[in-house]
Amino acid sequence: MNSHQGRKNIWLRLHIDLPLLIGILALMSFGLFVIYSASGEDLAMMDRQLLRMGLSLMIMFIVAQINPEVLKRWALPIYIAGVILLLGVHFFGETNKGAQRWLNLGFMEFQPSELIKLAFPITMAWYISKFPLPPKKRYLTGAGIILLIPTLLIAKQPDLGTSILVAASGIFVLFLSGMSWAIVGTIAAAVLALLPILWFFLMHDYQRTRVLTLLNPEQDPLGAGYHIIQSKIAIGSGGLWGKGWLDGTQSQLEFIPERHTDFIFAVIGEEFGLIGSMLLLILYLYVIGRGLVIASRAQTSFARLLAGSIILTFFVYIFVNIGMVSGILPVVGVPLPLISYGGTSMLTLMTGFGILMSINTHRRFVDR
Amino acid sequence: MHDHAAEASLFKRRALFTFFCVVALLSVLLANLYQLQVLSYKDYETRSNDNRIRVVPVAPSRGLVYDRHGKLLAENQPFYSLELIPEKVKDMSATLDALDAYVHISADERESFLEALKHHRRFKPLTLKSRLTEQEVAIFSVNQYQFPGISVEAGLRRHYPYDSVLTHVLGYVGKINTRDRTALERTDQWKNYPATKDIGKQGIEKFYEPQLHGLPGHLEEEVNNRGRIIRTLKVVPPEPGQDIYLTLDLKLQQKAVALLAGRRGSIVAIDPRDGGILAMVSSPSYDPNHFVHGISSKDYSALLNDKSRPLINRATQGQYAPASTVKPLIALLGLEEKAITEKTRIWDPGFWQIPGVERKYRDWRRWGHGWVNVYSAITESCDIFFYDLAYKIGVDNMSRFMEPFGFGQVSGVDIAEESAGNMPSKDWKRLKYNQPWYIGDTISVGIGQGYWTTTPLQLANATAILANRGRRFTPHLLKAMQTQDADVALDERPPIVLDNPHNWEVINEAMRMTANKSRFTDARYTAAMKTGTAQVFSVAEDARYDAKTIDERLRDNALIVAYAPFEQPRIVIAMVLENAGWGGANAGPIARELLDEYMLRDTEEPAL
Repeated sequence: MNSHQGRKNIWLRLHIDLPLLIGILALMSFGLFVIYSASGEDLAMMDRQLLRMGLSLMIMFIVAQINPEVLKRWALPIYIAGVILLLGVHFFGETNKGAQRWLNLGFMEFQPSELIKLAFPITMAWYISKFPLPPKKRYLTGAGIILLIPTLLIAKQPDLGTSILVAASGIFVLFLSGMSWAIVGTIAAAVLALLPILWFFLMHDYQRTRVLTLLNPEQDPLGAGYHIIQSKIAIGSGGLWGKGWLDGTQSQLEFIPERHTDFIFAVIGEEFGLIGSMLLLILYLYVIGRGLVIASRAQTSFARLLAGSIILTFFVYIFVNIGMVSGILPVVGVPLPLISYGGTSMLTLMTGFGILMSINTHRRFVDR
Repeated sequence: MHDHAAEASLFKRRALFTFFCVVALLSVLLANLYQLQVLSYKDYETRSNDNRIRVVPVAPSRGLVYDRHGKLLAENQPFYSLELIPEKVKDMSATLDALDAYVHISADERESFLEALKHHRRFKPLTLKSRLTEQEVAIFSVNQYQFPGISVEAGLRRHYPYDSVLTHVLGYVGKINTRDRTALERTDQWKNYPATKDIGKQGIEKFYEPQLHGLPGHLEEEVNNRGRIIRTLKVVPPEPGQDIYLTLDLKLQQKAVALLAGRRGSIVAIDPRDGGILAMVSSPSYDPNHFVHGISSKDYSALLNDKSRPLINRATQGQYAPASTVKPLIALLGLEEKAITEKTRIWDPGFWQIPGVERKYRDWRRWGHGWVNVYSAITESCDIFFYDLAYKIGVDNMSRFMEPFGFGQVSGVDIAEESAGNMPSKDWKRLKYNQPWYIGDTISVGIGQGYWTTTPLQLANATAILANRGRRFTPHLLKAMQTQDADVALDERPPIVLDNPHNWEVINEAMRMTANKSRFTDARYTAAMKTGTAQVFSVAEDARYDAKTIDERLRDNALIVAYAPFEQPRIVIAMVLENAGWGGANAGPIARELLDEYMLRDTEEPAL
C-alpha cells in the first residue's frame, strides 16, 4: 500500500473503502429494483427505502470516521448498557406479535437487541484480544459468560434469529482468534448436546412448528407450511432465467408472504431465475471476500477479530435467510441483508460496514 | 506479551479457512436452487400456474323452442339484479338509504342483504335485489354514477310466454337437483353442466335436454392469493343449445285450451300424414314459469293437492275407458274376421243376453235400435251389435288386433310422461288378478269399457291409423332442429295390412255418416267422427243413470274422435271430457269448433 502512503488518497481521507462501497451500493440498487417489483410498484415504499439507505450510508460514513481504538475503549460500557436495556425489555418491553423486543423510549421505539448485535462482537474482540492469541482455556469462561448473557436474553424474547446472529458473531471471534480445534470440537459437541434442551425448554410452540414444517411442509399446506410452499413454488417456477422483472406471478399476485421483507429472495428467484440468484450470491461473496481481506490486513488483533466477526455475521444473515426462503432451514426472522425492505437491520449492518471501513482506513494511525 | 506476527498469520489461516467454508455453504444454497429451479422446474411451474389460473365455466344459452310456424314458445329472458361490491362502498347504510330513493329496497331485502354481507368476500359482488323491473333498471342506470360499486347485472332465464297454454307439452326447467345430477352422471353428461343452473324437468324441455342444453365454455382468469380476479387470460365461448321446432300449431293449441277452459279433460290433435302432434292439451293446467323461479312449497302443495290434478298430463298419462270411440275398430275387426259382413243385420230389442244366460246387457237406448247393420251400429252407437260381435270374436282376437293400433303400449311420443293404458287379454287377467276371464268381461271390452283403458294420445293415434288406412307413424312433437336443413326423419312403422282393404272404406264411411248426420251436417268440409260416453261408475243392472242426480265426479266421461277432411285427412283429434256426461252432446260441439278453427283458415300458413 505504498501508493496510499505516498499521496493521500481522497477515499482514504474520507475513511471509505471504495471496493466495499461499490459492493454495498450494487446490492442496495439491486434491492431497490426488487422492492419496486415486490411492493407492487409502490413508489411511497421506494421513497421510504431510499431514505433509509441514505440515512444508513450517512451513519456508515460517520462510524467510519471513528477510530477503532475509541470503539475498543467504549466496548464494555456499551455492552453493559445493552444488557441492561435487554433486561429492561424483559420487564417493561412492548409486546408485538407475541414477542417482547421493543422498548418504548417515548419518542421512538427501540430494539436493544440491535445495539447488542453491534456491541457484542466489539466486546468479545476486546476481551479476547487482551490476551495473547490463541486464547488460553481459562479465558474462555469469561468469553462464555459474555456470550451467553445476551444470547439467552434475546432468545427469551423470543427472537431466535437475532440470538443466532449474536451467538454466531461471538463464536466467530473465538474461532478467528485461533482457538484450538480441540476446543472448537468440544463447543460444537456441547451445542449439539444443548439442542434437545433448546427444543424442550426454550423454544416456543410456534418455533417448534417451524422446524417441523421445514421437515415436511406439505403436511399442512394451508397452515404452517404455506409460506415455505409458496416461496419454493415461486423460486422453482422461476427456472433458469426467471419470469422477468415485475412478471413474477407468485409475487405480483401476492402468493408469497412477506415478499418485500424476509421472503424477498423468493421474488428474486422467481423473477430473475437461477442466473439472477447466482449473480446475487456472487455479489455477496465479493462483499464477504472484501471484508475478510480488510480483516486480514488490519493491524491489531482487536481490529482483525472485530472485522472478521462483522463480515461473517453478514454471511450468516445471507445463509439463514436464503436457506429459510428456499426451504432448507426453518423459518426464523432474518432479513436478506441490504435488500429486504426495512430500516433497523439495514442501519445495524451499515454501522458494521462503517466499522470495517474505519478499521481499513485508520491503520496508519494505529500504534503498534 | 503479544506476538503480533504470529497472531496475524494465525488469523489469516483462520480467515482463509472460513472463506472456504463460506464458499462451500453458498454452494450448498446454489445446489438447492439448482434442484428447485432446474431439476424440479416443471413441477413448480405447474404448481405456480395452478395457483394463479382459475378456470371459470360459462353456461351455454339454452336452445329456443318454436311451433311449426316459427312462433316462439320458450325463450330466454334477461333478468336484472342489483349487484354490490362491498369493498367499493364506503358507507353501507348511507348508500342503501340513498339508493332506496331510486330503487325501492324493502326492509326484508335490506336485512337479508346485510346478513349475507357478513359472510361475504369484500371484493366479490353480492346480490342486493333480484328481478328488477325494466323501469327500475332504467332509473338506476341513469343515477348509477352516484353509486360506485353497485351495478345492474343481467342473466338469462327461461320464460314461457304462453304461460299455462303449453305446460304439459313443453314442461319446464328448474334447478338441477341431486336426482338430475345422478342421471347426468350416468350418461356422462355431468361434465357439460359446470355452470348450468337449470335443467329440463318435464316434457320437451326434459326430452330434448341434450340438444337444448349446448356445450359449456370457460374463462381462464388470473387470480391473486385471495381469489380476486386480476385479468382474463382466455375466453372459450360456450356452444349454445340448438333451437328446436315443434309440430305444434300454436293457434290450434290456444283454441283447444280455450275450449277446455274450466273443464277437466284433454285434447290431442295429430296430423295423420306424418304423426306430428298439432295440439296437445291437458286441462286444468298451471303456469310453468313459477317452477323456473323456484315455486314456493305452499304453491306447490296447492298444485299437488288440487283435486282436479293439474300436474298430470292427461293427454299422455290419463287412462280412460275409450267407450264407443273404439266401436269402429271393433267393427273393422268383425269384418276382417268375417264375423260380420257389410250386410249383416241383427235385431236390437234394447238388451242382449249371453246365450243360455239370464242376465241382460242393456243398450244405452232402453227401447233398442231395431234392425242394425255395421253402418247404423256405428252411427247410432248401438251397444247390442257390439255385445254380440265381441261375443263372437273373443277378447284375445280383439287384443291381438288392437295391438298394432297402439293400445296397451306407450306410443313413443317424445315426452317422457306417458302411460301405456291397458289392452286386456285372458292371459293378462290371469297374470294380473289370478282370475279366469269371463264372457261378461269380453262384452264390456266390446264397447270400449271394462279393463280397456287408453290415453287420449293413443286414441288419436289409433284413429289416425284408421283414417290413414293402416299407415302408421310414431306420434311426435319434434319437427326440426336448427342445425339440420330438413325436418327430422319420420318414424314410420310397418303398415297394418288388411285381408280385405275395402273394410277400411266401410268403417271410415260409417264414421263420415256419423259426423254428417250430427255435428258436421252444415260444415263446409267433410268430417268423420265417433263419440263415446264412458261410465266412470257402474250403474246397477236395470238401474237408470240420471246425470242430474249423480255426484259430479261419478258422471260419465264424454269422448270423441274425429278427423277432417274426409277425403284426405289433415287432422285427427281425440278428446276426453271428464265427468261431462253424454259424449255426443258435450264433446261434439267442442270438436266441431276445433276442427272449424283448423279447416276454415283462409290459407294454411306455410310451415317452416
